[in-house]
Amino acid sequence: MSCANCDQKKVDEIIRKWDSDNEYVIEMMQDIQDEFRHISIETLEQINKSTKVPLAELYHIATFYKAFSLEPRGKFEIQVCMGTACHVKGAGRVLDAFERELGITDGQTTGDKLFSIEGVRCLGCCSLAPVVTIGEDLYGEVQPSQVPRLLKKYKKLADDE
Amino acid sequence: MSRIAIKDLDRIKEKRQKEQKQFRAMVMICAGTGCVSAGSLSLYQQFNQQLKERGLDRQFLAVPTGCNGFCAQGPIVVVQPEGVFYQKVKEKDIPAIIDDHLLGGKPVDKLLYKDLDTKRLIPKMDDIRFFGKQMLIALRNRGIINPENIEDAIARGAYKSLSRALTQMQPAEVIEEIKKSAIRGRGGGGFPAGVKWESCYQASVKNNEKPYIVCNGDEGDPGAFMDRSIVEADPHAVIEGMAIGARAVGSSEGYVYIRKEYPLALKRLRKAINDARERGLLGKNILGTGFLFDIKIHQGAGAFVCGESTALMASMEGRVGEPRAKYVHNVEKGYRNRPTILNNVETWANIPVIIEKGADWFAGIGSGDVSKSPWDGSSGTKVFSLVGDIVNSGLVEVPMGITLREIIFEIGGGIPKGRTFKAVQTGGPSGGCLPASMLDMPVDFDKLTEVGSMMGSGGMIVMDDHTCMVDVAKYFISFLQDESCGKCAPCREGLILLNQILGKITRGEGQDGDIEMIEEICNAMEVGSLCGLGQTAPNPVLSTIRFFREEYIAHIKEKRCPAGICKSLITFTINDNCTGCSLCDVNCPANAISGEPKKMYTIDQDKCIQCGICYDVCKFEAVVVE
Repeated sequence: MSCANCDQKKVDEIIRKWDSDNEYVIEMMQDIQDEFRHISIETLEQINKSTKVPLAELYHIATFYKAFSLEPRGKFEIQVCMGTACHVKGAGRVLDAFERELGITDGQTTGDKLFSIEGVRCLGCCSLAPVVTIGEDLYGEVQPSQVPRLLKKYKKLADDE
Repeated sequence: MSRIAIKDLDRIKEKRQKEQKQFRAMVMICAGTGCVSAGSLSLYQQFNQQLKERGLDRQFLAVPTGCNGFCAQGPIVVVQPEGVFYQKVKEKDIPAIIDDHLLGGKPVDKLLYKDLDTKRLIPKMDDIRFFGKQMLIALRNRGIINPENIEDAIARGAYKSLSRALTQMQPAEVIEEIKKSAIRGRGGGGFPAGVKWESCYQASVKNNEKPYIVCNGDEGDPGAFMDRSIVEADPHAVIEGMAIGARAVGSSEGYVYIRKEYPLALKRLRKAINDARERGLLGKNILGTGFLFDIKIHQGAGAFVCGESTALMASMEGRVGEPRAKYVHNVEKGYRNRPTILNNVETWANIPVIIEKGADWFAGIGSGDVSKSPWDGSSGTKVFSLVGDIVNSGLVEVPMGITLREIIFEIGGGIPKGRTFKAVQTGGPSGGCLPASMLDMPVDFDKLTEVGSMMGSGGMIVMDDHTCMVDVAKYFISFLQDESCGKCAPCREGLILLNQILGKITRGEGQDGDIEMIEEICNAMEVGSLCGLGQTAPNPVLSTIRFFREEYIAHIKEKRCPAGICKSLITFTINDNCTGCSLCDVNCPANAISGEPKKMYTIDQDKCIQCGICYDVCKFEAVVVE
């Protein structure tokens, strides 16, 4: 992810994968978000060149849909499900606990770019409420008191790398 | 892989069934999202490996299946054909299942389900009350097939209805059959699917335009996961349903719009579409009949409003998901301005069964008499996600017209931890909260709307007496404020105002006249909003005011939260149940608890942040919320 040229190449590859079809700009942006953990203005300009979708509209899309972020998200994205079942079972307190432990608020990323937290709409695992996903791992029946231990596990993972 | 012709369907079915009969037993391991998060994929691999290592893989077969619905008990393993049900199975339990059960013929007691009332072990899946009252149509193949194996689906009759619709029925007959079945859209609105199909067909003939078939898999309602589960367990049911719809209205292009938050469902759907295409069940010359129809996928990017039909189509066209006014219907001008049929995942999954068993059979299930008009009742079954404060939490499919009490107390087993039932929330953010006095009400589209809630996509969130109804109303309103696209003022501004007033009330700053003001704003939103999101947004507030007015009054007049939830209105204290175990002190993130081991601890109210962790961790019920 270091050289600007390689990034550009990768983005071009993604745009080509969707045939530069302007009906699939949302899919392109999803792939770019997955790859770079954010969508930069330069990337939007690149999509604009290939698809001819106006830059303003691309910006509108990038800020309208929850999946996209203009700022880089953390290495581990923590999603706290805010669905109804999770809410009833105390998801708000779980989110509070993550905010407290990391010293950031909903939607922010830690200074070391390790974690970002986000309260998200229903993840569809309502029987396991309250549900949290960290990266690709899903945790069910999470209690606020478990949060410090969970974070420790991922910090260790990052240290080991 | 060879293409499948009509005559091959029966041949594959027989071959597959014969293969399956060669095994002494099949071990079905649930691989739905819930069980996967509890480790079921490695459980499956381990099972396979151990069977192989012990040379038993010709006698027994391990199969990864779709979601069984009983997610809280996962990972779930069912041994077929006897139907013995194991819950919370760990890798270390595998040898016991193989030795005691598969080889020894005796079920492993410690993994069986235990009935909470009778305390008896229940070995057979069908005898468990959670499963007993269910009737499976949309979920007919859950837990029975490997969703990633197209031949498994064919062995259970998949694509047979499509072959019938293509060779033995005229398009008009297919539409007539769906109309007669009176099936109403399972996505929320409950519009009769047959009527929709007919209008779309007429519009496409009139304008001489090819129509599109679209499947709504956006499922944004918080608390609902039936569509995810159907796609994960039986993707071919959805594909076949859409192909039958295409046959009925002469479409050749279909799209599934599915949430990116459902990675497993997306993966299985992609594989199923590819497999179907490879085997000649999608694409050109389907089943050798010359019929052409193909399906593509569009991924949602996280916007609740995209479940609304016109917003969904805008999003499919690669634009921002903003709804438009609907004086021109989608059946005339929908996706790319062409006639479009939009139904949700569950509706499409029902279609093949209606063609197979007939409209009369389907119309006979459910509530009301639909022989004259589909609006006179609700036919068929509905899948509900029964979640929240409930003993047996999971996905259930029941005939329409069953009472809330049967669902919550018989299938769901009632409220856990000895608490009492307070309300059940249906219909997602467009629905309402119903109190105990409504428990004997039959559940169908019209009854729920009558009492100020709605069916929605089928979320059913049960709440116990520790739930604050003002907080629930505020929860939905802040959810909707976040998700409103902001295009029309009544919805955008109305939600902001409602959120402010509800926020004030939950902070103990409510005033006389707040309830009346809320009602007035709600009224304006209902009449003035552009799409369903804004029009139905008042439901969670109005229904809680209607049924739980005294709770609003307690917050406003007495500055008290009777359920002990609203942070500004509660205090935590420790009573003399305290044994001095110090667990609360260790876990308190605010250092607000002090004391000496073996003596009673106290909470410093100035430092306490009301996080509730002490309440959670205390094993002696010594922490009190007031």
